[in-house]
Amino acid sequence: MGEISLNELEARADAAGIDLSQIDLDSIQLPPGDDFGIISDDEDVYQEEQMDFDYGLGNTIVVDNLPVVPKEKFDKLEGVVRKIYSQIGVIKEDGLWMPVDPDTHKTLGYCFIEYNTPQEAELAKEKTNGYKLDRAHIFAVNMIEDFNRFMKVPDEWAPPEIRPYVPGENLQKWLTDEKARDQFVIRAGSDTEVFWNDARHLKPDPVYKRAYWTESFVQRSPLGTYLATVHRQGAAVWGGASTFNRLMRYAHPQVKLIDFSPGEKYLVTYSSHEPSNPRDANRVVINIFDVRTGKVMRDFKGSADEFAIGGTGGVAGVSWPVFKWGGGKDDKYFAKIGKNMISVYETESFSLVDKKSLKAESVVDFSWSPTDPILALFVPELGGGNQPARVSLIQIPSKEELRQKNLFSVSDCKLYWQSNGDYLAVKADRYTKTKKSTYTGFELFRIKERDIPIEVLELDNKNDKIIAFAWEPKGHRFAVIHGDSPRPDVSFYSMRTAHNTGRVSKLTTLKGKQANALFWSPSGRYIILAGLKGFNGQLEFYNVDELETMATAEHFTATDIEWDPTGRYVATSVTSVHHEMENGFNIWSFNGKLLYRILKDHFFQFLWRPRPPSFLSPEKEEEIAKNLKKYSKKYEAEDQDVSLLLSEQDREKRRMLKDEWEKWVSEWKRLHEEEKLLRQMLRDGEASDEEEEYEAKEVEVEELLDVSEEVLFEFGQD
Amino acid sequence: MRPILMKGHERPLTFLKYNREGDLLFSCAKDHNPTVWFADNGERLGTYRGHNGAVWCCDVSRDSMLLITASADQSVKLWNVQTGAQLYTFSFNSPARSVDFSVGDKFAVITTDPFMGVTSAINVKNIADDPSQQSGESMLTITGPTGRINRAVWGPLNKTIISAGEDSVIRIWDSETGKLLKESDPEVGHKKPITSLTKSADGSHFLTGSLDKSAKLWDTRNLTLIKTYATERPVNAVTMSPLLDHVVLGGGQDASSVTTTDHRAGKFEAKFYDKVLQEEIGGVKGHFGPINALAFNPDGESFSSGGEDGYVRLHHFDPDYFNIKI
Repeated sequence: MGEISLNELEARADAAGIDLSQIDLDSIQLPPGDDFGIISDDEDVYQEEQMDFDYGLGNTIVVDNLPVVPKEKFDKLEGVVRKIYSQIGVIKEDGLWMPVDPDTHKTLGYCFIEYNTPQEAELAKEKTNGYKLDRAHIFAVNMIEDFNRFMKVPDEWAPPEIRPYVPGENLQKWLTDEKARDQFVIRAGSDTEVFWNDARHLKPDPVYKRAYWTESFVQRSPLGTYLATVHRQGAAVWGGASTFNRLMRYAHPQVKLIDFSPGEKYLVTYSSHEPSNPRDANRVVINIFDVRTGKVMRDFKGSADEFAIGGTGGVAGVSWPVFKWGGGKDDKYFAKIGKNMISVYETESFSLVDKKSLKAESVVDFSWSPTDPILALFVPELGGGNQPARVSLIQIPSKEELRQKNLFSVSDCKLYWQSNGDYLAVKADRYTKTKKSTYTGFELFRIKERDIPIEVLELDNKNDKIIAFAWEPKGHRFAVIHGDSPRPDVSFYSMRTAHNTGRVSKLTTLKGKQANALFWSPSGRYIILAGLKGFNGQLEFYNVDELETMATAEHFTATDIEWDPTGRYVATSVTSVHHEMENGFNIWSFNGKLLYRILKDHFFQFLWRPRPPSFLSPEKEEEIAKNLKKYSKKYEAEDQDVSLLLSEQDREKRRMLKDEWEKWVSEWKRLHEEEKLLRQMLRDGEASDEEEEYEAKEVEVEELLDVSEEVLFEFGQD
Repeated sequence: MRPILMKGHERPLTFLKYNREGDLLFSCAKDHNPTVWFADNGERLGTYRGHNGAVWCCDVSRDSMLLITASADQSVKLWNVQTGAQLYTFSFNSPARSVDFSVGDKFAVITTDPFMGVTSAINVKNIADDPSQQSGESMLTITGPTGRINRAVWGPLNKTIISAGEDSVIRIWDSETGKLLKESDPEVGHKKPITSLTKSADGSHFLTGSLDKSAKLWDTRNLTLIKTYATERPVNAVTMSPLLDHVVLGGGQDASSVTTTDHRAGKFEAKFYDKVLQEEIGGVKGHFGPINALAFNPDGESFSSGGEDGYVRLHHFDPDYFNIKI
């Protein structure tokens, strides 16, 4: 690298006739995008890998235990080796080198092979290590960089340096904010910024800002502890008590997607690599890291086909996340769907539960209960309708089938879990008798009740298309948008009714709403009926307890809506994915009052910082709700103080601006007066200046004008 | 009050100018005919025929006798306001973009565009009292700024020339020598091309509008940035009230992307801001294309806007307007 010592620098400056002490270093502007060989502290860990890249050693393998052959047989051996290794990938031109003993002209029993990509080299190593050429020659294949690495290991054992204990930071510090505010992160242009949502002051309060913090996007861990950034070399997580420090890095070259487990113990990273042979499917690499230690717990490699939806191949994309986490917040299990099976892994050993995948003929979809180790899976109709479609619930790890339901003439199914795992709604699209169209019905499972009773729900008009479905978080109600665009209906149902607890009942139907998406408040009770995209950002804030609309509003061209984790505020944003106009976000109160509005060009992302679940027991929460008046007094007083302060500040600011302006105006007036005669001369002495724009009384101005004009004219004639 | 719609142009409007008394309104458009209207009722008085290209800018002498127009046909013409007769033609080798009469109407500053290898330039011409004595010679030619110079106007006592344009820098030149005196600070200045520049009635300060979605108020003498007005749309036109502390910004999304989005996305509103507090007061809707030109009547009681839609809208204020308190 281009580092030079200070002495050298001084010598050079002398030679160039520059006095270093006279230079203002801050005034020097370097061309952007060039690091001049100065490594940023973000890169040190990856330095080793990058060096390998430079020398191309990452693509090279060493094949040992080859037969030792004389000169005559050299070509033949080389031919054999080339044949074996070019099946795996494309060997670089002159990429095969078999050294020869200069004295005996015999080969030395090993060779080097250089591929185009490190992935190919890796694959070749995996596939041919231990390959039997014949009984005496079993290949030993290694990456050349491994040689380098192990050569560096010192022969003498040195006791590891014991680092002094450094107490960790309180990563949950943000939860103790005195004003109980929530944080959010936004990405606009090259900047990523973290703010407090200071709704009282009607503005965001900056916490941290960094340019080029991430190379593609940022992600929050589910409990809010970490902020993850994605880079070419891998992912990193950030957090801390007062600011954002890098806590850990996860090396995964060209990582594309990341996913946290619900208890944020593990981080799953994904990358897809172009194959050297264009006919092959992309190679997929998935790593599962332990978030805190940064250790790779398990990696999965294979062709993209194996990870595609339903494992059927043919589908180009991989549905993310590939691994779905189950068993609630303990991060005990994760599972992926494969061809005719579901592979369930457990995190104790990071291996398959019972060492076997779960067999499920033609399974196309599955999902975990959000709280319990229960899998719901859907198998479509088989054999042209001879075998009905099936939804079944399976207990893990026993793999016992808890409940099963056959569904006839079903074209498609979607599974919706309620957030407490109490209910499962299965939306089934069924063919009509003619098979020409479909209609939709719901199968509602009550998971927590004995024998898991199932209830069938059909809409009042069963031909209605379902546009959106959403469970009330932690609640027993759900909302459905159904009917035809542009004015579909919205219906609310409850799984409980006053007299008959075991029946689902309709609460109400709102006719003709401009809505295509549902956003429940995380604490339930309130919902936003949103008309995004085609409806240009219509918002209706609805109270489901009272069954009344609290407010209707519009955030023109809004693309995203996100409730804060407490359900007090909502952010609606216009990201630059669709167009560049009006980019930015609005913050609303839960009842639809616009609090503030921030415009940002090239706005990409808005994310609230999630909160871990409350420690309060339901009883305690109820008690607080009952005595809300008592608790709220304190906060109302604070609100009042703030609003007084705000209006005071506002008045002060206005006064200052006015004063400042007055100063300008009086200065201008003075200069204007000074230049009056000169101006007159420029106009050949004709007419003085017209209206004095500093006086708002127009009549007076005109009179002045007339008088002065006449007087001056007479002077001129005299 | 209901605005008066003046449909006289067949192409998008480019510039609007009131005469000193405020009884006449001159409009320029991409059709080739500058037009004069009664500023009170919007009645069309006549057109000035002779240009062979879009007309970008105009100015009228203090006595309302002489009109000067800058056109893309590479000429600047002098007209008799009353008769519509062409008095003189200045020829250039690139399109003329803006014109401005000096105090006393003895000089005009003309900017020309970069064109076919010719760089943009600021030209100062002598304006003869008697049109028959008029010569086409430039007294001064300033070159230097890259890209189009969208507007150049005279500074106090004709001692300076203030220019602004595509390179987003505002410059003050010595009008005698052509020396560059001042440049706007790039830290606080506009970030994208400056589209318009309007002086206050007394010439002490001026307002610039830019595609960076803001307008800025500057001191004419020392080029100090005094105020910034932030908006949501590129700003094409700016003006300020001679009567109240109000500034008006007009613009809207680029005309080429209008058809792809909802009409509300365009924000083709004339936005009123409090000049001192920099807060938005209100807006006047109506155009169905970006606003390209804005002008306040010198009496401050009406203003007009010209749009990409080819209309001039003449707004007389309601009495309520004069009682706005914020």
